[in-house]
Amino acid sequence: MYTFNYDILWGYRWLFLNGTLVTIGLTIGIIVLGLLLGLIAGLAQLSRFAVLRWVSWLYIELFRCTPLLVQLLWFYYALPILVGIQIDAVTASVLTLSLYGGSFYAEVIRGGVVSIEPGQTEAGLALGMTPARVMRRIVLPQAVKRMIPPLMNQSIIQFKNTSLVSVVAVPDLLYQGQVAATDTFRPLEVYSIVALIYFVVLVPLTAVVKRAERKLQVSH
Amino acid sequence: MNTPQTAPKIEVAALKKQFGDHVVLRDINLNIDPGAVVALIGPSGSGKSTLLRCLNLLVVPNGGRIRIGADSFDFDGNKPLPSPKAQAKFRSNAGMVFQHFNLFPHMTVLQNVMEGPISAKNMHKGEAEAIARRLLAKVGLADKADAFPNRLSGGQKQRVAIARALAMEPEVMLFDEATSALDPELVSEVLSVMRDLAAEGMTMIIVTHEIAFARDVADRVVFMRDGVIVEEGPAREVIDNPRQEATRSFLSHFHTRN
Repeated sequence: MYTFNYDILWGYRWLFLNGTLVTIGLTIGIIVLGLLLGLIAGLAQLSRFAVLRWVSWLYIELFRCTPLLVQLLWFYYALPILVGIQIDAVTASVLTLSLYGGSFYAEVIRGGVVSIEPGQTEAGLALGMTPARVMRRIVLPQAVKRMIPPLMNQSIIQFKNTSLVSVVAVPDLLYQGQVAATDTFRPLEVYSIVALIYFVVLVPLTAVVKRAERKLQVSH
Repeated sequence: MNTPQTAPKIEVAALKKQFGDHVVLRDINLNIDPGAVVALIGPSGSGKSTLLRCLNLLVVPNGGRIRIGADSFDFDGNKPLPSPKAQAKFRSNAGMVFQHFNLFPHMTVLQNVMEGPISAKNMHKGEAEAIARRLLAKVGLADKADAFPNRLSGGQKQRVAIARALAMEPEVMLFDEATSALDPELVSEVLSVMRDLAAEGMTMIIVTHEIAFARDVADRVVFMRDGVIVEEGPAREVIDNPRQEATRSFLSHFHTRN
């Protein structure tokens, strides 16, 4: 019978904390950047200019339909060869995860906008508002309410996706766990702790999503 | 006597619209005098709603010309439309009331009515609020200013929608089956607001199935079928003594109600 020994990991507490903070910081960064990309790509999908629709379609499908790990390795190892400049691991990671998340956010944002009855747009236009004003004042405020639960879901997935960056040696939670595991020869304890930390951070967030969904149902 | 004729408020000339191969408006010519109330009647699919929506550019015609007040647009299937700004300015001069109200659910009644002046005219909030409160009082809903639309009955919603359209101070008002989605007992409160507007001299085009109301309030009735104007004339004349067989047959469905 295996005897668990968690005491030995106490000496690595700062390493875990550090890794957790890197993971959280990374997540915040890729959510903000991803939402920005998603908003641009999502609205471009609805543009009256075919070029914008086509470019955003290509971006969305490219990043939705290739594995994230492959994208990460491509941005870290292949892109520098292509453009001839060195890209550090953090930049490559943030870039990849933001683009990947953005492609999913884009679909959520497009879907949210499309779900608003055309009568709302017509009423705004009929008042003499420009299409851009109608989008900002009438459609988006209503659509955002519907987008919030799926956007939060996608963000939770993004939080977990950050663990992939350990492959390119970004010192996130999983990477620090690997360091501790090889140091102590205690992978069972280490990876259990790592999993627990992800879990403890995310469970409250899922509760927030649930509550947002409930609130949304009440208001409709 | 040669009294100079006042120019029509609305002029529609050779208007055409088709969706793919399906021709919805064939060749519509219509002049409407200032202050006139015109009822547009006809079976569903006759093109009357499309015509109304063309007048507000919610549907873009394939050919012809539309003038409302001082603004006019020529349509040519091959030419791109004027800028969104020019379209918006054109639309702001024609208030539109929809069958399904289309109130903004995320705004209060007051904010709904203020939205046009603020967003399309860049009016100051205080000024817009004064206009909105005056119009809400006019449609009998001053006490509902702070309610959200989902708290209102259908008739109240439609009266707010009328106030919202009036807030832009349009030269003409377009009603697209404004009472068709209402429970029967709520129809009259909306019709009464429309009647008041007509009495004040507002130029109005009303797409409606309320034949009795059309006969009573409209100056002229235009009967459409299959994308053409079949018959038009003074309201009572057309409704009581239609000249065309198509008009007669359409109106026969309503005679029990008169």
